[in-house]
Amino acid sequence: MKYFLAMGVLLLVGMQTALAQTKPPAKAPIKSATVTKPIPGKATAAGGLVASISRGKAVYTQYCLTCHQVDGGGVPRMNPPLIGTDYVKGDNVRLIKVVLQGFSEKVEIEGDTYSNTMAPHNFLTDQQVADVLTYIRNSFGNKVKGIQPAQVQQVRASLPAAK
Amino acid sequence: MKSTFLRLLIGMAPVVSACSLVAAPLHEGDKPAKNIVAPAEPNAGLKLPAGFTASAIIEGLSRPRHLAVNKNGDVFVKLEKLRDGKGIVQLHLGADGKATITRAFGNFPGTGIYIKKGFLYASSDEEVFRFKLDNNDNVADETPEKLVTGLISRNEHEAKAILVDNADRLFVNIGAFSNSCQEEDRKKGSMGQKGCPVLDSAAGIWQFKTDQANQHYGDGIRYATGLRNVVGMDFNYTDNELFVMQHGRDQLHDLFPDLYTEQQSAVLPAECMYMVKKGDNAGWPYIYYDELQKKKILAPEYGGDGKKTAGENAIDPAIAFPGHLAPNGLLFYTGTQFPAKYRNGAFIAFHGSWNRAPEPQEGYYVVFVPFKDGKPTGQWEVFANGFAGVDKITSPGQAKHRPCGLAQGPDGSLFVSDDAKGTIYKITYKGK
Repeated sequence: MKYFLAMGVLLLVGMQTALAQTKPPAKAPIKSATVTKPIPGKATAAGGLVASISRGKAVYTQYCLTCHQVDGGGVPRMNPPLIGTDYVKGDNVRLIKVVLQGFSEKVEIEGDTYSNTMAPHNFLTDQQVADVLTYIRNSFGNKVKGIQPAQVQQVRASLPAAK
Repeated sequence: MKSTFLRLLIGMAPVVSACSLVAAPLHEGDKPAKNIVAPAEPNAGLKLPAGFTASAIIEGLSRPRHLAVNKNGDVFVKLEKLRDGKGIVQLHLGADGKATITRAFGNFPGTGIYIKKGFLYASSDEEVFRFKLDNNDNVADETPEKLVTGLISRNEHEAKAILVDNADRLFVNIGAFSNSCQEEDRKKGSMGQKGCPVLDSAAGIWQFKTDQANQHYGDGIRYATGLRNVVGMDFNYTDNELFVMQHGRDQLHDLFPDLYTEQQSAVLPAECMYMVKKGDNAGWPYIYYDELQKKKILAPEYGGDGKKTAGENAIDPAIAFPGHLAPNGLLFYTGTQFPAKYRNGAFIAFHGSWNRAPEPQEGYYVVFVPFKDGKPTGQWEVFANGFAGVDKITSPGQAKHRPCGLAQGPDGSLFVSDDAKGTIYKITYKGK
């Protein structure tokens, strides 16, 4: 019980920290031109696909790059790659859930297993989650339809309330 | 003539390995010795000190981790990914310098393998086994005895490094299933759990018996604690002490961006070598060692700010290395083949970093630390480099090879495993 209470407090603190986060991403911009050319005509909320990818890159650089790497290659044995995998290109809901709930089970992807803990990134806004997923789905050789904030909102609403 | 040619060839190798190829025609007048086969890449692509040569004795094994060599020079390799259902392969070196797999056994994947007093010990991520060896140091019975069972293996630091000393003590590393014991592992800003519960069953070295089957935690002793994750460990018989290499915690900047810059996070904390005595505590998760300030610093999860010191009762490292290099193999060299400076010194195989972005990744080499009377006597130096095959690595997947395990052959040669492409290297000293 104590543990859950502490978790709750920490979550609140974490969310406040995220809300207070107004400074630009601290990481240096990604230099390599790994963004796949967007599919024309596929608009997304808040300024279209190109804008979403651009914002998503900033989110990726700040919160994802350390583990998943600048080229989306991940870390062998530890952090899964984001290149061409079904997790990235497949089911939207599963992908959104990975970001919001984190991932801490051993997973086999294309014959290799990955086991490192990914923390829940539920402190990101719906727009940030949509942007970062749109970015990874259009980078590292991937070219899949982007994710809308409304989809994130829907998945978030379906999850059990944070303890 | 032969020795002159060899000296020239070997002497040039470490400078720039490609030079040897370019320079070779200069010695066309020299007749190469018959047993020198021109390799595709000199020294299998490795850069070594003068007088040393390297060869790839086999390639393409499935994630070879630690190594053990028997008295005949056969190499037992522990695989982290089963090969045709088997987790250990025995390699025999032919006259051509290439190894063949003479036997495959053990139906469990894992990291640890060790030979001591007529037994081959091997570990999965949850258990430790031993196989009886016959008089020729071959496995007498492919059905092992299960010595230890039920060890924690949960998401992080699952590999169980093992070691048996002369007093028949079986040491097993149980890595922390956490980065820094945060309430929420690896979550930005999450604080440390009070009285970190991970320490009860992990983040330390446990001692078990070699002659008792099916031991659980309760049958063992927590020999040393506060060690986040140890993959490389070895016993140093010059001072009869256990030495371990700790993988330091990750992501200081990611988790506490207001306290650490990316540049600080890339080099901190140190990867530490510790001499551990029974009952020692190295301080994880409450402290880490900062090799720039040369101090034990309170972890940010427990109220630290990058400057506050703590851990007065925690042991100090024997030597500290830059952060995140991931030491996976430790070997005290007891052979006589290598020059005198290497005797009783430590070789460390660094697997290479992944959380130093946006700085380039680092590591991916084998280093040497000179020792005297069980203490480091000088700075560490890179001994074997070039495993990665590229000069700059921004993502670990770019590294062609990643050093992991080390073992010494009966003739004093050094074996190094690569768990990326599955190569086993043999490094020998041929003289100046």
